[in-house]
Amino acid sequence: MSQTLDSISLHQLVEISAIASSAIAPKLSEMGLTKGQKIKAIFKAPFGDPIAYEINGNIISMRKEEAMQVEVQMA
Amino acid sequence: MKIALLGNPNTGKSTVFNMLTGLRQQVGNFPGVTVDKKQGSVKTPKHTQQLLDFPGTYSIFARALDEQVVQDVLTNKQHPDFPDAVIYVADAANLERNLLFFSQLYDLGFPILLVLNMWDRAQRKGLRINVELLQKQFPAAAIVTANARVAIGKDRILQALDALPSQDRTAFHDLDLSVLLTDSAQTENTNARLDKLRNLGLVQSASTTTVNNSMRLDRILTHRIYGYLIFTAVLLVIFQFIFSFASIPMDFIDAQFVRLSAWVADSLPEGLLSKLISQGLIPGIGGVFVFVPQIAILFFFIALLEESGYLSRVVFIMDRIMRPFGLNGKSVVPLLSSVACAIPGIMSARTISDWKERLITILVAPFMSCSARIPVYTLLISLVIPKSYIGGIINLQGLVLFGLYALGILFALGTAFILRFLVRSGKPGFHLMELPEYKAPRIYNVGIAVYEKVKIFIFDAGKIIVAISILLWALATYGPSSRDQKLKDLQQQTIYIQATSLEQQEQENSLLLSQSYIGHFGKWMEPAIAPLGYDWKIGIALLSSFAAREVFVGSLATIYAVGDDTNINKRLVQKLRAEKNESGQVVYSLATGASLLVFYVFAMQCMATLAVVKRETNSWKWPLLQLVFMGCVAYLSAFFVYQLLI
Repeated sequence: MSQTLDSISLHQLVEISAIASSAIAPKLSEMGLTKGQKIKAIFKAPFGDPIAYEINGNIISMRKEEAMQVEVQMA
Repeated sequence: MKIALLGNPNTGKSTVFNMLTGLRQQVGNFPGVTVDKKQGSVKTPKHTQQLLDFPGTYSIFARALDEQVVQDVLTNKQHPDFPDAVIYVADAANLERNLLFFSQLYDLGFPILLVLNMWDRAQRKGLRINVELLQKQFPAAAIVTANARVAIGKDRILQALDALPSQDRTAFHDLDLSVLLTDSAQTENTNARLDKLRNLGLVQSASTTTVNNSMRLDRILTHRIYGYLIFTAVLLVIFQFIFSFASIPMDFIDAQFVRLSAWVADSLPEGLLSKLISQGLIPGIGGVFVFVPQIAILFFFIALLEESGYLSRVVFIMDRIMRPFGLNGKSVVPLLSSVACAIPGIMSARTISDWKERLITILVAPFMSCSARIPVYTLLISLVIPKSYIGGIINLQGLVLFGLYALGILFALGTAFILRFLVRSGKPGFHLMELPEYKAPRIYNVGIAVYEKVKIFIFDAGKIIVAISILLWALATYGPSSRDQKLKDLQQQTIYIQATSLEQQEQENSLLLSQSYIGHFGKWMEPAIAPLGYDWKIGIALLSSFAAREVFVGSLATIYAVGDDTNINKRLVQKLRAEKNESGQVVYSLATGASLLVFYVFAMQCMATLAVVKRETNSWKWPLLQLVFMGCVAYLSAFFVYQLLI
């Protein structure tokens, strides 16, 4: 079952399955978010937004609306 | 030869720049936009080269303002800043993603030097990088390793620059510039590159990399309670420095310029030139330098927080709160700094990469009550607000002061909310941001950041400030010829003849100011400000305090012939309380006082802010719009307050 990146729970390792095409899609790619990469949410800002993710040993912070563009599945 | 310095954010790019150029650097703008363009000269064994530092970006594909500059310059051979060669700084501990932008530049055909920076960190992380393989994939590039934080690799870089290979190459992956045109083509090209880079097997890691150390700190620093508490504490420290400690160097600078003025007045033959220099020019320049301590202190702290990696955590925890107002997390530092002084506040808005959000932040920042308003607030509050207590505990004067600060903040946010719908922007703002690892700030980088901000302020904004202050001085010092007759009339009155020489001087100054061009202008505009409860004397003080808000107090003191001594406030308050208008009513009633307070919360009344906004928006359009808008808000709200209370 696939979900989007904004809705996964903390510390759950998932794999990116698709990125919706939009103006920020190339930006997500160049930050290392591409199909097949493993990613997990590691902490959230107060109010639950933005969310910090770990990918390839980096911490990337993303707003929920941006994370919604990223489709993931259980790793 | 012109060399561009490029790389991702947080790769130590500016450290490399500082290492290579030292203090031989200058900061300006890229043509037509307000994005920092840092230039410096580099001495290689054989040549002296120009090094041009570009904003840190992740690729050639632009979304934000600073990325646009990179894209525009590098894809246009006719651009005046188009480089002959590129130094690319990559974080060795994060190689694959860093190589994306490098491979794009390689394929654009630039002679290129790849600096694998933070080499030590990569090794500490247990990463083994196959440099030979990398060289094989990019045969036309020169590759060196470095650790710029401790100045390792400087010689290697300099030597490599003299021997940059520029031969033709086969592209790593096709990069046709038509790729720039659509989002999906950009995504596709990026993904293909990243896949290729990952499949090369350049990096072997001994252990799985983790971000555990950073995590432990982040759990506290971004916590929903401790996070804000710590941020508040950090702010308190910064404000303490700006409010209390900055006044020591500021008073010192002030005193030196007063001495210099006196010295010039004594040594030059009396006349127009001597007056222009000693009373117009020198105080004008003094009015520029007096801001230096506040700017230096604020940017010292901002650079410290930025270098350490904490600033991006502040942005992280504030983003959600600022978003409804059309601002983002990065607006927090400029806005809060403006409580001390809008000038460094506005200058710090440069970190906001989205142009619309940056502009809104700059436009609303002067609504925050700055420290120059304090003398005005203090005088007016002690004048019209009774020293009583509400419910026996809450000091009414204190409550009013608090209210004025709150009013400024509310208005700043409210205006931002409205501007969100009015300011047009091409591309939506986003918040995709790396939270870099925490590291100890390098004091050398901090020092250079402070030095540059001070230099920009003095040379760019300074010119405008000096020009306006000389103009204001001339208008307040000279007047129509009828003034001489009035002065003679005064000198024959008993009240003048019986006064001490000090009092005589005060009376003369008062007459000279009220008969000056500004004085006449104040009288002329009296009908326009009468509905706010002001007379022409207040009009003069309003006009002359466009130089800076606190001048309001000094101008009133001159008009009411209260000398320039330490008890100025006390004597002035007594004098103002006694002031009656033609029909015998008190001039400084509660209504007039409250109206003035509100006026000073909102009105621009600061030529230095105007000059800085001009510098930071690169046009006169925005500062003038801001001046008019803030003036209208001030006028209307002062009008309502006066009419309500009278």
